[in-house]
Amino acid sequence: MTEITRREFLKLGAAGTAGMALVPLANPLGFDLAAAKKRTLELRISGAKEVHSICPYCAVGCALIAYTSEVAGKTQLLQIEGDPDSPVNEGRLCPKGATAMQLATSSRRVGKPQYRAAGSTTWEDKSWDFMLDKIAQNIKASRDNTFVAQDANGNVVNRTEGVAFAGGAAFSSEEGYFATKVMRTLGVVHIEQQARV
Amino acid sequence: MTNHWRDIKHADVILINGANPAEAHPVGFQWFVKAKLDPTKGPGAGGGAKIIHADPRYTRTSALADRYLRIRTGTDVAYFGGLINYVLQNNLYHDEYVRNYTNASWIVKEGFDFKDGLFTGYNASTRSYDISTWAYETEGTALDGAAGSTQAKAKRDRTLQDPRTVFQLLKKHYSRYTPDVVSSITGIPQDQFLEVAKIVGEMGRPDKVMTIVYAVGLTHHTTGGQLIRSGALLQLLLGNMGRPGGGMNAERGHANIQGNTDHAISWEILPGYLRIPAPGQKNLDAYVAASAPKKSDPNSWNFFGTNYRNFMVSLLKGWYGSAATQDNEYAFAFIPKPAVNSSWMSIYDQALKGKMEGVILSGMTATSIGPDSNQVLQGLSNLKWLVVMDAFPTTSSEFWHAPGMDASKINTEVFMLPATHWIEKDGSFVNSGRWMQWKEQVLPPEGDARHDHWILADIFDRVKTLYKQQGGRFQDPIMAMTLGYKDPKKPELDEIAKEINGKDLSTGSQMTSFANLKADGTTTAGDWIYTGSYPDAGNLSKRRNGVQNAQANDPTGMGFYPQWAWSWPLNRRVMYNRASADLDGKPWDPKRPGIQWNGTTWVGDVPDYPATMNPKDPAAWLPFIMNGEGTGRLFSNSMNDGPFPEHYEPVEAPIPNPLHPSQSEDPVAFLYDQAAGRPNRFGKVDQFPYVATSYRLTEHEHYITQQVPLLVGLQPQAFVEVPQELADEKGIKNGDRVRVSSLRGKLEVAALVTKRLGPLTLAGNKKVYHIGIPIHWGFIGVSAEANPDRSKYWLANALTPFVGDANARTPEFKAFLVNIEKIS
Repeated sequence: MTEITRREFLKLGAAGTAGMALVPLANPLGFDLAAAKKRTLELRISGAKEVHSICPYCAVGCALIAYTSEVAGKTQLLQIEGDPDSPVNEGRLCPKGATAMQLATSSRRVGKPQYRAAGSTTWEDKSWDFMLDKIAQNIKASRDNTFVAQDANGNVVNRTEGVAFAGGAAFSSEEGYFATKVMRTLGVVHIEQQARV
Repeated sequence: MTNHWRDIKHADVILINGANPAEAHPVGFQWFVKAKLDPTKGPGAGGGAKIIHADPRYTRTSALADRYLRIRTGTDVAYFGGLINYVLQNNLYHDEYVRNYTNASWIVKEGFDFKDGLFTGYNASTRSYDISTWAYETEGTALDGAAGSTQAKAKRDRTLQDPRTVFQLLKKHYSRYTPDVVSSITGIPQDQFLEVAKIVGEMGRPDKVMTIVYAVGLTHHTTGGQLIRSGALLQLLLGNMGRPGGGMNAERGHANIQGNTDHAISWEILPGYLRIPAPGQKNLDAYVAASAPKKSDPNSWNFFGTNYRNFMVSLLKGWYGSAATQDNEYAFAFIPKPAVNSSWMSIYDQALKGKMEGVILSGMTATSIGPDSNQVLQGLSNLKWLVVMDAFPTTSSEFWHAPGMDASKINTEVFMLPATHWIEKDGSFVNSGRWMQWKEQVLPPEGDARHDHWILADIFDRVKTLYKQQGGRFQDPIMAMTLGYKDPKKPELDEIAKEINGKDLSTGSQMTSFANLKADGTTTAGDWIYTGSYPDAGNLSKRRNGVQNAQANDPTGMGFYPQWAWSWPLNRRVMYNRASADLDGKPWDPKRPGIQWNGTTWVGDVPDYPATMNPKDPAAWLPFIMNGEGTGRLFSNSMNDGPFPEHYEPVEAPIPNPLHPSQSEDPVAFLYDQAAGRPNRFGKVDQFPYVATSYRLTEHEHYITQQVPLLVGLQPQAFVEVPQELADEKGIKNGDRVRVSSLRGKLEVAALVTKRLGPLTLAGNKKVYHIGIPIHWGFIGVSAEANPDRSKYWLANALTPFVGDANARTPEFKAFLVNIEKIS
């Protein structure tokens, strides 16, 4: 049986009675499954905004369509599905991509900045200002402690040996570029992401 | 990937090693299946592409393959080497391509040799090579070209008969890889190997094409770099590089691992694969001389080498603006110059030595990633401070109160910063096929979460303020770094994308091509390989003209979809595509053209070649414009452990190397513990008799999916796969709890008894079993919360050795020795 893609399917709907005339061919029993499915979908994403994203998991790069709506001033995510226009995935998703919604909105997220002092056995909730000030002080102190301006051979090397940055195989390219720019500017030589591991 | 996902449908043969795309990249695998179902593809008269899968484990990829070869993990050099030998001995290589598009005819210096497992120049005490003999015979003085980017002309013998030609040396090197030797190393029965060799050999015909697909099953070895290179040599011999349906295609595992490698979150490079400068390089001249590829033939364009300085100066100008001037070498001194390898394992090695004070982890968890998780935990405990930026708790943010750790004795200050994740921000992801695809922000940040780049911008701002207030070491770069964003503490990703593309400072226009970048400080480019992605017309990665109108959006019919997103470099969809056409510019296979010469211009894909260069012009450039030779390198001095890939055993191996037992392992593999004065911790086969290999499952992605209940529901439990025969020997039944141990640590998980892993017979009639270890579990997440006591021994990387690949320092996650016992 020829599959009807979702986009074609919506087109069929848009074509109205001309489209419906095809139904008996696909369903000899006369029960209009397609129309029922379409109705369910429509109810779910009726009036929703269509936003384009890319799957956050592997590097196939499947295009996603996310449907959102504004409820009481808050953006609600209604559905994530594969984008049928993409030459990469043509609307298809694997189990991870298909459950991306449960990663997108989760009660398991870290809610507030948390701080654990040296030797402490517990987390403490702290403000962003507390955290970022302390981190900035630590970075400066470690940079100043471990900075090598010239090596033993008199070469100018201007490197920070005691700070490492690692991360970001799932953050946007532009964030990655910015991280590289900031870290190299601070003299960091230990800079890595997921490529090796 | 040299090619891209959709392109795989053009292949006649798909050779898969070190990968399991049906399970790890299921949606990408549709293009493999399309090739298989296409009657116009395949060897001989067609009937569908042939998929050949070599893997220790029979997976869903194997189930859809035409040939499955059970291969011992980490022995793919022997397999590819055997195929290379078969192709050479039977004259099945693509003769015109090999003669004209590879360095087969280059003559190697007198003195170069290979004996008893070692190339010339080895120094056992430093575990490194002096590579002075890994070079070409030359004549005359240095060729004309940009400073630092040329050498004297290499001598060639176009008949390929001289015994010192690359071709003859290659033939000699791989003559040892007979089907018998291949079988004794890999465990693949000779008859099965020969059946596959016959299919592969046919792919040297100009009208046939094969792709090689691989993933971390090739990279995660002490010989990882050479495992991949051995596949690339085979592809060059068969004339398959640069062609639709061909290439070397790495399937990468994370949404933006490609983009963030391109942008150089990697110790040894700057954006666009420019090398990080080394100590002793006092200025740009010295840097370019040490880093740029060297033109060795008059017809080599050597585009990368020629433009190296333009790219570097444009980067420095972009980063340091008015502080980068001709007088100060464009602030070259601002770029740090590492003395030693500073890659992933080195971070924790330095922490173990007490030399690393602070680590910032963003979306990566060192504890789970390993290798040698217990040693990494020790390293984290030695830090003064640790910052974790993540959307969810990780095994690193929580390391200090992990099962078995005594928090009161750990003096690491830990900061957990709630970060937004992909759906809460825009920006691009670059897929494995180099397609830069923009995503829109779908949701606002959850609760208190902040974007990683805003956190970094804010921290940078606070550090800068501290330096202004208090002074400190070398502040110049910190004060000079450009922050040309509307809000320097909240840069927009679209603004950064624009910066990455670069602009012409004299006109203010966005650059349209990296070919126009200059070394005089009048242009910028944050990452030259992305120059062209964001011209004045706008951000091209946002384009969405896809399969909704194939006729309009895929004008060549080859699936390039040039107006869907943007692909580096210059929106080219198949790299090295000059090599898809013959010397006259005609496609090797007219049914599958990459680019072709129409008499006045190159048409098809975006050409990897000057658009109007007549291929019949005697001065026309050679096809591979990015390297010094202008040709594909069958011989190269760019690898630390040899110009030709050689089979070496893993550091923990079940047998001595059958080719040269006196030099069993890779002589340059980096033994971190030994180098740091700690004892090596490698097990021997008498105590740890089974070969273990780690891998991933469809339903999980590394460790983050432990936070997704639906996926944990689909794959709830930590387990290892145990071959049926071994389970019978050991009295292990399906579902029994077992302890798997290496010299470094242990796992206690359920046994999945399976026929997917069978025994192999190696040299000396030695029977070997593999144990299969999925990596996804640890002491954090939905599964762990349901089993808090047991999750202590769920870190797969507690088992893996702390040793690095000879070239990339990639850890050996894929071949090590273990024992297994039933927990009664």
